[in-house]
Amino acid sequence: MATESAVSTLSVHDAEHDHHDHEELSFLRKYVFAEDHKTIAKQYLISGIIWAIIGISFSVIFRLQLGFPQMKLGFLRPLIGNWIDESGKLDPNFYLALVTMHGTIMVFFVLTAGLSGTFSNFLIPLQIGARDMASGFLNMLSYWFFFMASMLMFASLFLETGPAAGGWVVYPPLSALPQAHLGSQMGMTLWLSSMALFIVSQLLGGINYITTVINLRTRGMSFSKLPLTIWAFFLTAILGLISFPVLLSAALLLIFDRSFGTSFFLSEIYVAGEALPNVGGSPILFQHLFWFLGHPEVYIVMLPALGITSEVIATNSRKPIFGYRAMIASMMGIAFLAFIVWAHHMFVTGMNPFLGSVFMFLTLIIAVPSAVKAFNYITTLWRGNIRFTPGMLFSIGLVSFFISGGVTGLILGNSALDIQLHDTYFVVAHFHLVMGASSAFGLLAGVYHWFPKMFGRMMNEKLGYVHFWLSFIGIYCIFFPMHYIGIAGFPRRYYAFTANDFTKNIFQDMNSFISIVAIVTFSAQFLFLYNFVNSLIRGKKATQNPWQSNTLEWTTPVVPGHGNWPGEIPAVYRWPYDYSKPGAQNDFIPQNVPYSATPESNLPHENELISLEKAIEAQNYNDQFKQPH
Amino acid sequence: MVYIVGLVSIVFLALAFMVFGRLTNVMKGVSTPEQGEEQYGSTSNKLNGAMFMVFLIGGVIAATWSFIHSTQYFLPQASSEHGRRTDTLFWVSMAIVTGSALLTNIFLFYFAFKYQYKNGKRATYYPENHKLELYWTVTPAVVMALMVFTGWQAWRDIMSEAPAGAQEVELIGKQFNWIARYPGVDNNKLGNYNYKLIDNNNDTGIDFSDENAFDDFTSTTELHIPVGKPVLIRIRARDVLHSVFIPHMRVKMDAVPGMPTRFWFKPEKTTEQMRNETGNQAFKYEIACTEVCGRNHFAMRLNLVVEDEGSWKKWCAEQKPLLTSFPEYASRVPANLKAKAAKYLPTVDSTATASVGSVAGSGSASLR
Repeated sequence: MATESAVSTLSVHDAEHDHHDHEELSFLRKYVFAEDHKTIAKQYLISGIIWAIIGISFSVIFRLQLGFPQMKLGFLRPLIGNWIDESGKLDPNFYLALVTMHGTIMVFFVLTAGLSGTFSNFLIPLQIGARDMASGFLNMLSYWFFFMASMLMFASLFLETGPAAGGWVVYPPLSALPQAHLGSQMGMTLWLSSMALFIVSQLLGGINYITTVINLRTRGMSFSKLPLTIWAFFLTAILGLISFPVLLSAALLLIFDRSFGTSFFLSEIYVAGEALPNVGGSPILFQHLFWFLGHPEVYIVMLPALGITSEVIATNSRKPIFGYRAMIASMMGIAFLAFIVWAHHMFVTGMNPFLGSVFMFLTLIIAVPSAVKAFNYITTLWRGNIRFTPGMLFSIGLVSFFISGGVTGLILGNSALDIQLHDTYFVVAHFHLVMGASSAFGLLAGVYHWFPKMFGRMMNEKLGYVHFWLSFIGIYCIFFPMHYIGIAGFPRRYYAFTANDFTKNIFQDMNSFISIVAIVTFSAQFLFLYNFVNSLIRGKKATQNPWQSNTLEWTTPVVPGHGNWPGEIPAVYRWPYDYSKPGAQNDFIPQNVPYSATPESNLPHENELISLEKAIEAQNYNDQFKQPH
Repeated sequence: MVYIVGLVSIVFLALAFMVFGRLTNVMKGVSTPEQGEEQYGSTSNKLNGAMFMVFLIGGVIAATWSFIHSTQYFLPQASSEHGRRTDTLFWVSMAIVTGSALLTNIFLFYFAFKYQYKNGKRATYYPENHKLELYWTVTPAVVMALMVFTGWQAWRDIMSEAPAGAQEVELIGKQFNWIARYPGVDNNKLGNYNYKLIDNNNDTGIDFSDENAFDDFTSTTELHIPVGKPVLIRIRARDVLHSVFIPHMRVKMDAVPGMPTRFWFKPEKTTEQMRNETGNQAFKYEIACTEVCGRNHFAMRLNLVVEDEGSWKKWCAEQKPLLTSFPEYASRVPANLKAKAAKYLPTVDSTATASVGSVAGSGSASLR
């Protein structure tokens, strides 16, 4: 068995390692400006967790305002200072800033950088059998560009005029006119600069992921044997590579409009007592550019989570993922369609209604591959032998959110129905379930599942269970009622519901309930944080393959060193989902076990593949460490 | 409220007990290291499996109860023709998607519970079934095609050109209120506008070199429209994006600076009728803003008054054209139209006209 062979090579590990590393790396190069993909992944993970705490705590503050509008918030003064006025009220400008920053941080800094950054970096080389990323240096740059973006965004929180506050979509002219909005002053400048750096980081990362997957797969690892995680990361990187530059152009044009007097998005504006000279620009153009990224972005956030789920569900159901090829096809379908549905965010912006019709048809097509994925997950559970590890629980939770939040997409994607529901709480409920909560669950599932490989220790499972149930029930209690509030017509991004009769004096108890649950659910995340830190120090030592999984990362030493495998990189002979194969001795057969070693379980067509094994073993073109360096 | 608080307390008490129960287990877990396959058949696994069923049943009950409880707060039946159509579509679609979400969630949780780990059991090696996959690709595709087709028909009709004879009004969004402009009682045509002409009095930038503008009047407190007749709202914005939202009419359309938009609909119930139907004598139709536009976005509101055509006409006749309220703008009227504009100016003799003209000249100069 491969597991045994990997263990037997452990003894040679040290000798080999010294041979490859010319000298011991300095602390700075090893942990700070590291080029090792595993270290970079951990940097992304920890940054993502810190951002998540900040981002979610913002939502807790504005939930206090929404749930308890009469509440005196003076106790928050040490934290947010004069944004709480003398009477203990939250400033409406700062409310908008909180909403904006919550969106920006969660979508970009947590669920894009934290999720893709962590798991693409960590898993791509380990699961395809590579020593490291194609370019460790670019990979390092990618993290540090992200770090600079983070610093700028973080700094903007402390400005006297506050951070950007025009919603995470930063539609001009509001975001372009400092005289129109407090949040469009210095905060917006920092927001745009930060996002520009962030996009650079994403592009550097994305190029690396794509190159690595295409060029550095180990012997025998054809695309048809890639784990679904890698397929997901690969397609995500392609999505990002194509769509992020468009956001960069939108951001640059907005910077021009703000600072250099151009009129890309500005036309016929009379503000603050004067008519501006700008004519001929179009605010709708910005929306097109923004959503050309913005829509693929939700799949950039979602696909890695779905990839992680595929892996975790198959492993813990002890069953092959149902419809491996259909899963790949749906992901490809989603990735392709993701580029041609963006304008469904713009049905009522005054865009040509005919265009609205086209985008409605395209949008509802994308629901088909999404539905197929959900069905395939459920069928994978069917007649499985399910182990409820925390990772598995979060994956099942993800599928539930993906379904419950996804179906309302059919309503919102229908332009006739979107007229009433657009920019109401119905939308908030929809996207928080289908994209926010699901991909957050994907992130958590990934951390629970790969923690042993990252840090060589196990996380506490029992705490993981409690964390899961509190989060799962909590998130449903928060977002499910928002559908009702949306059907009642409550607009989103409202500081208070006091001005209009149709929102006055109703659903106040519902809003209070949502806020209470939000606080409880937020608190539950500290269980995870405690578990994370505690397990890092005191966790039970992990074994080499604690989940009895098939993929290559579990053939490395418990804590893989630089270069991942001490000896040769294992060759790959079979797909990653040979779980519970009839006739096999164990209920899993790792990818690096040749068919010639398992005659008892081979299917007829697999016996024919035995003759190819010699050819696979003879290949050796991808080991970076074989090259002189 | 009491029920909700009760329900919440029960849920969280139960959860709190669970937490403590689990935590004590954690302590026990430290002393008995579990190894290998044994641990998966343990109580934890059974408990988690059972919890999925508990969650499913509890969730369905909570969802049903909360829905029934919330219906009283939903908006009343749409007061516009297209609104009733989209409402029907919405609830039919909602029934379809809720049903399918429920069904798939039931399968998900039930399978999780039913096929939980058992010692010595082997999962079924079942990697694919093309027939099954084909079925569940085609079925949602067909259902969605039907939904999208009915939706598209509605969308096409709603977004079609306004019928001839529709009553036009203009709605202008600014930070942080709406301004309604009416085409006046004489020619029923909206005059030209230009954003550069905006000043404190002429807050919609009416261009008085266009004769259609002479009888135009504006209102910042109420928008009056006639019932039973198509109404075309021409929408624009002065400063940043806004969005016209009339919840009871199921109307929404963004207001975009530099790009006029429009939405037409047919109101079917007057404000008075709604008062009687809802039993709320203070009932008002409202227009809200749904595109974030700055600090007071949440308070940007305008009353909408729907009345029968007679009283609507009467109301319009009572309003003063902007030119009448601010005769100094007469200086912007080109010479060939002065005679037409005179009708809207306060009745004066020839000497007074000259003086008004000179005052207006200096007035507008200072306004620029």
